Amino acid sequence: MSNPKSSLPPQSPAYQARLRALSEELRCLVCQNQSLADSNAELAVDLKREVERLMTEGKSDEEIKTYLVQRYGDFVLYKPPMQSNTLLLWGGPFALLLAGGVAWRLAQRRTKLAAAAETNPTQSAARKLLD
Amino acid sequence: MRLLKYFLPLALFLALAIFLGLGLSKDPREIPSPFIGKSAPTFSLPTLEVSSNGAQAGPVWSPASMEGKVWLLNIWGSWCAGCLTEHPLLAEIAKENSNPELIGIAWKDEPAASGTWLKKNGNPYKKVVIDRAGKVAIDYGVYGAPETFLIDKKGIVRAKHIGPLTQEAWEKRLKPLADKLQKEQ
Repeated sequence: MSNPKSSLPPQSPAYQARLRALSEELRCLVCQNQSLADSNAELAVDLKREVERLMTEGKSDEEIKTYLVQRYGDFVLYKPPMQSNTLLLWGGPFALLLAGGVAWRLAQRRTKLAAAAETNPTQSAARKLLD
Repeated sequence: MRLLKYFLPLALFLALAIFLGLGLSKDPREIPSPFIGKSAPTFSLPTLEVSSNGAQAGPVWSPASMEGKVWLLNIWGSWCAGCLTEHPLLAEIAKENSNPELIGIAWKDEPAASGTWLKKNGNPYKKVVIDRAGKVAIDYGVYGAPETFLIDKKGIVRAKHIGPLTQEAWEKRLKPLADKLQKEQ
């Protein structure tokens, strides 16, 4: 098999670690906010068994995820993929950060200008008093 | 410029409120099915034969035999409360001159229990197949019973309903679509 991981004996720690890592990335669809690894719902157990079956067949992590996405859609992945319909999701926070940064700079510049405009008349008034 | 200072936070708040409002109005269980417009996964499962002396597995059945027909694939189980809720509606659909035909998958259920349930509540299905291991349900991306798929004459999934089928969903969405598909060649 092309994937060296597939030859791991089922009870080995590396095999269990791989199963755990995979099922942590997959959503339990019944409980939605739990991963497959955390869930004991019956469907989650079935899906975990399915993941294990694919592992023993020598499928790669990517192939196993594709198998589940074909059946359950992107929703089954805890980490949504980067694609056109998730652009807002991935880009949104950065766009907001940028907008916030620009707004902050503008506000700063305005207070600086206002301060500069204020200091001059005050200074001249003070000088007049001193003279 | 001064006006903007007052209205900008309000506008931002409204935008946020609209987004959150839209999010709230959606049912988190309505997960879009990746099967709409694609061929229904094929399978071969034993049928459930219900007779006076119990229920047992019968000959193997496969969706290929539905070619040229519009049909509903309903995933249910005798253990499923929602299935009892939608049952009267399914019975009504079954009476309506076999469009669409109703096929049931007894999902993760004991054949004996499925049989008892059908005898007690009536059997609206043309055929019921037994999926004890839940393998076929996984192929259909099922995550809870009941779920209903509308499949066209070419074996393509055209609609999916998650949860108990309601009169409204049937009359407004599935029935008109089934009638339209029936006219297709």
